[in-house]
Amino acid sequence: MALNIKHLLGLKDVSKNDIQLILDTATTFREVLDRPIKKVPTLKGTTVVNLFYENSTRTRLSFELAEKRLSADTLNFSTSTSSTNKGETFKDTVRNIEAMKIDMIVVRHQSAGVPLYLTKISKASIINAGDGRHEHPTQALLDMYSIREKVGKLSGLKVCIVGDIAHSRVALSNIYGLISMGAKVSLCAPPTMLPKNIDQFGVKIYHDINKAVAENDVLNILRIQLERDAGTTIPSLREYRNYFGVNADIIEKNNKDILILHPGPINRGVELSSEVADGPYQIILDQVTNGVAVRMAVLYLLGTNN
Amino acid sequence: MNIVLKDVRIINPDQDLDTKDDILIEKGIIIKIGDLSKEDYESAKVMELDGKICTPGLFDMHVHLREPGKEDTETVISGSNSAAAGGFTGVACMPNTTPSIDSAEVVNFIKQKAENHLVDVHPIGAVSKERKGEHLAPIAELVEAGAVGFSDDGVAVKTASLVRNALEYLKMYDLPLIEHCEDESLDGGAMNEGTVSTSLGVPGIPTIAEDLTVMRDISVAGYIDGKVHIAHISSKESVDLVRQAKAKGIRVTAEVTPHHFCLTDEELINYDTNYKMNPPLRTEEHVQAMIEGLKDGTIDCIASDHAPHSIEDKEAEFIYAPNGILGLETQLGLAISELVHKNHLTINQLIEKLAVNPRRILKLPVPQIKVGEVANLTLIDSEEVWTVDIKQFRSKSKNSPFDKRLLTGKSIAVINNKKMYLNGEFTNLV
Repeated sequence: MALNIKHLLGLKDVSKNDIQLILDTATTFREVLDRPIKKVPTLKGTTVVNLFYENSTRTRLSFELAEKRLSADTLNFSTSTSSTNKGETFKDTVRNIEAMKIDMIVVRHQSAGVPLYLTKISKASIINAGDGRHEHPTQALLDMYSIREKVGKLSGLKVCIVGDIAHSRVALSNIYGLISMGAKVSLCAPPTMLPKNIDQFGVKIYHDINKAVAENDVLNILRIQLERDAGTTIPSLREYRNYFGVNADIIEKNNKDILILHPGPINRGVELSSEVADGPYQIILDQVTNGVAVRMAVLYLLGTNN
Repeated sequence: MNIVLKDVRIINPDQDLDTKDDILIEKGIIIKIGDLSKEDYESAKVMELDGKICTPGLFDMHVHLREPGKEDTETVISGSNSAAAGGFTGVACMPNTTPSIDSAEVVNFIKQKAENHLVDVHPIGAVSKERKGEHLAPIAELVEAGAVGFSDDGVAVKTASLVRNALEYLKMYDLPLIEHCEDESLDGGAMNEGTVSTSLGVPGIPTIAEDLTVMRDISVAGYIDGKVHIAHISSKESVDLVRQAKAKGIRVTAEVTPHHFCLTDEELINYDTNYKMNPPLRTEEHVQAMIEGLKDGTIDCIASDHAPHSIEDKEAEFIYAPNGILGLETQLGLAISELVHKNHLTINQLIEKLAVNPRRILKLPVPQIKVGEVANLTLIDSEEVWTVDIKQFRSKSKNSPFDKRLLTGKSIAVINNKKMYLNGEFTNLV
C-alpha cells in the first residue's frame, strides 16, 4: 500500500484512504514505541531536515524523535525570524540546505503557503508542521488517531473544536480530516475567534460551552494565546475561563462520557481546569505519545514512496 | 519625419469626435485631417490603418516609478518606456518613493529625469511630510514645481483632521486629494478576507477597511466642498458610496485597476505572490460591481497602480511579500478584452476612461486631435489577439500575474512630444 500523495501539505485534499493508511501504519509504529529497543531501520540513509521558522518545542521534538526512531539522519534548522531579515531569502536558505543532498523537509512557518512553495523550489518530500493559520496536518492525524484508539471509530462521532479557531492551524486540518473520516464537526468559540465564513466549511457553531459539551462525544480544546488574545479578541482571560473554559462541573453536569483532547501546551486555569487536564476524561499525554507514532507513519510512507 | 495615418478611426470623446479620416503629421504636429492624396505626403511614412483607432494619448493617473529609491525595480525612464509600450503618453507617479515626493526638489528631480521623453510624467505630491500623516507637506511649493495631485498612497491619510486640512488647502488649486482607502486599525491582512482567506489560512483584509475610509473622505469632502479622488476602488460598498455621493453633488471621483475588474481572490489558491496586492483581489460580486460602476459612470477612470517589485522581494514567503503588480503594459489589452469585447463599455467610453477623465481629474489639458496641435496620440488595434510575455516588457520588473494571458486589443504606436514609439522603438519626428 502506498500513499497517493508525495507531500503532506494539509488534509484538505488527502483522501479517506490515505488517512486510513496513515492511521493504520501508525498503529504498527505505536507498538514499536513500547519495545525495549524503540528503533527500526526503515529510513536508514534518508536525511530529514526540520526547518522551523517559528518556535515550537513539542512539534519539533516529536518529529525529531520520530525521525530517529526510524533511523533517519536528521538536521535541525531553527530560527524565529524570517530569513529575509537576515539578508538571505527563504528560497536561498532552502536551496543551500537542499544542496547538501537531503530527502525530506519538515517545515513550520509563520506564513501560510510556505510548504506548497517548498514543493516548487525543492525536490524533497515536504511535510507541513504548521503554516500560518492554515494547516497542521500531523496534529490532526494524531488527534484522529487518539480518538480512534480510545473510541474505536471516527465515523459518526461528534467532535467539537473549542477555542481560537481564527488563529489556529490545528482547526482547519481537524475539520478537513474528521469530515473525510465521517465525523460530524462543530466549533465552539466567541465570534471574535471564528474566521470569516467558517460556517461554509461544513461545521456547526456553538457559543455555549455547556451545550457543546452536552451535544458532542469529543472536545478538542485549543490553547488560548495569552499575549495575543486578552483584551482584543476576548475581554479578559478571566471572562474566557468563565464562559468558555472547561472544568469538571461542566462535564459532570452535561456529559460524563465526553473525551477531552488538547494539542498542548495547556494554559491551566484558562481553557482547561487542572481537574480536567489531569482527570479521567482526557487523553492529552496519549496524544503526545501517539504523535510520535503518527509522525513515524507519515515519514515512513512518504520517505519510501518513490 | 512625416507620418500619414491612413484610414484611421479618430475617436476623441472630449471633442465629440468619431470619424474615419487620414491624418498628416509633420514634425510631430497635426498638419492635415481629411482625405489625403499622394501629393500631400510624398516623403511621409504611410501607416495603412484600415479602420484601426486613433485616440488622444492614453493617460495612467496611478503608477509607481520607484525613482528615487528603488531604481533596481523601475526608473523614471524604464517606467516611461513601459508606459509607451502599453499605449500611454502620460502618467502620474505616486509619491511613495525614497525620499518621498514631499519637496520641490524631488518633483524637479523626477521631471528632469523625464525630460525629452515621449511620455509626460506628472508627479503626485505627498499629502503629509514623509507620508507619515502628521504634518502637511509643502503643497503650494509642490504645486508650483509641477505636482498635479496629492496622495499618501500606500496608506490612507492618517486622520480626518489632516484630510480636512489637505482638502481645504487644495481648494486654492482645485486639485484632488487622491486617497488610498484603508482603515489603519483594520489592516494587517495579506489578502481579501473571506472564504478563500479562511481556507488558505492567510490573514484577511476586510472590504470595510476600504469602505470606512471612503465614507470618511466623502463626508469630509461633502462638508467643506473639497475634491477627493478614490484610488484603486475595489469594494462593492465603496462603489455604492461613491455613487450616492455623486448623486448628492459631492466632488468625488474614482478609479479602478484592471486586476480589480478581471480577477478574484480565487487566483490566490496557490499563494502566488503575483496576485498579492493592496487593495486585494476581491470576490466575483465585487468584480461585477466594478464593471457596473464603470458602466454607469460612478467609476470615472481606469488606472493601473503599476507597482514594480524585484524578483527576490516577490519570492518571499506569502505574508512577507510586498503588495503590487505591474500594469502599464497589460492595462489596455485587459480593458479592451474584458470591457469592450464583453460589451460592458463601447470603445468610446473606454477611451473616455483611459484618456479623457484622468486628465480632467488632474486638471491637465486633454490632447485635441485637430490641425495645428502637437500630436499626442495612441493608435489602437482593438482586434489584435496577442499573448502577454513578461520577457518582452519594457519595465525593469517582471511581477505580472498576466504572463501568457491571451488578450484582444493592443496599442500599435504612440506619438507625443514629437516622438513616436512603434514596434519597440522610439523615433524622433523632427
